[in-house]
Amino acid sequence: MTKWAMRIVGMAAGVGLFATSALAEPNLDVQLEIDGELIGTMAEAPADSPFNQLVSGWHYRTDETRALQSDDFDNPAFLAVDYGEELWNTVEGSENKSCASCHDDASASMAGVRASMPKWNEAAERPFTMENFVNNCREEQMGAEPWKWEAPEMLAMTSFIGVQSRGMPINVQVDGPMEPWFEKGKDIYHTRVGQLDMSCANCHQQHNGQMIRADHLSQGHSNGFPTYRLKWQGVGSLHRRFTGCMRNIRAQPYKRGSDEFIALELYVAHRGSGLAVETPSVRQ
Amino acid sequence: MAKVKPRVRIPKTASAGEVITIKTLISHPMESGQRKDKEGNVIPRRIINKFTCEFNGQIVFACDLEPAISANPYLEFSMMVPESGTVTMTWVDDDGSVYTQEKNIKVE
Repeated sequence: MTKWAMRIVGMAAGVGLFATSALAEPNLDVQLEIDGELIGTMAEAPADSPFNQLVSGWHYRTDETRALQSDDFDNPAFLAVDYGEELWNTVEGSENKSCASCHDDASASMAGVRASMPKWNEAAERPFTMENFVNNCREEQMGAEPWKWEAPEMLAMTSFIGVQSRGMPINVQVDGPMEPWFEKGKDIYHTRVGQLDMSCANCHQQHNGQMIRADHLSQGHSNGFPTYRLKWQGVGSLHRRFTGCMRNIRAQPYKRGSDEFIALELYVAHRGSGLAVETPSVRQ
Repeated sequence: MAKVKPRVRIPKTASAGEVITIKTLISHPMESGQRKDKEGNVIPRRIINKFTCEFNGQIVFACDLEPAISANPYLEFSMMVPESGTVTMTWVDDDGSVYTQEKNIKVE
């Protein structure tokens, strides 16, 4: 096959990847109400946003999946939240401390924390995600072993801390020392990678609302993480989702907790500024 | 979610003859026995294979669960409450473990 013919085949495959259908539009006529409390799943787009309006991934899912998130009992992620609460009060490590020893009642001390992640850490001179903060506390304050990024304990803890901020608008710092990280994340978001030669923006910016084969492309916001994904049959981190996306476009994924993913997490969080935290959400 | 732990939602009070809804969820991997690990060895089956719900010793709902049921099985069913009593729910694991939850319902 000549080079040109291959390119035409490639283009045809590229066009075929995205299919538009009237059924594929996100359902905007529904509201997320959990135990009588309304959670804002739409928000005004920030000034530098490519969207007219921010729409949470919740709207892109089926009626059944949306219903799972609308009730804290039906939401299977609350198994992790319950476990996280238990761990919060568990004494571990050489200092004989639990999270509660210093931070006391999580519903007061951790409210709003999830909404501002990732956050600049002055001592470490780098942005910290929730996972970084948890492990930093475990090592420095408790004298305990750090957890792995995707360990059940870590996911339980980040889900438990995250739910304390549910309903609060995402607001991350992107200026000052965060600026180079923000620019790096922006670069990664818009750089085509992998055998399919696609960037995050190709799907989640240019083609959101359309179907990519059987999957409904959302705007790609991070406000619901850690999320219970039915496909995973469990709770997973945002970096796991990034890894999955990169595999789908046949790229070599970065490592969980790597500088690249933390920069990307910052940029993606900023794109969702104003959306309410939905942690722990339920997705397909 | 490393360990198996049931969650149950059931009303604490009911009126006599009322039909209530019971929701149950148990954290469990529901390993089907069809998968292989990285070395190609079959991962042994480990599922919740039976669930029963008794009210004052009488079975009101029971079912067998099969390997195709996904992790963290969720069961919802309804029950008519004739009098005050204890609801006992039992999950039977392939590994022989039995997980039990008891809840009291008071008829007003």
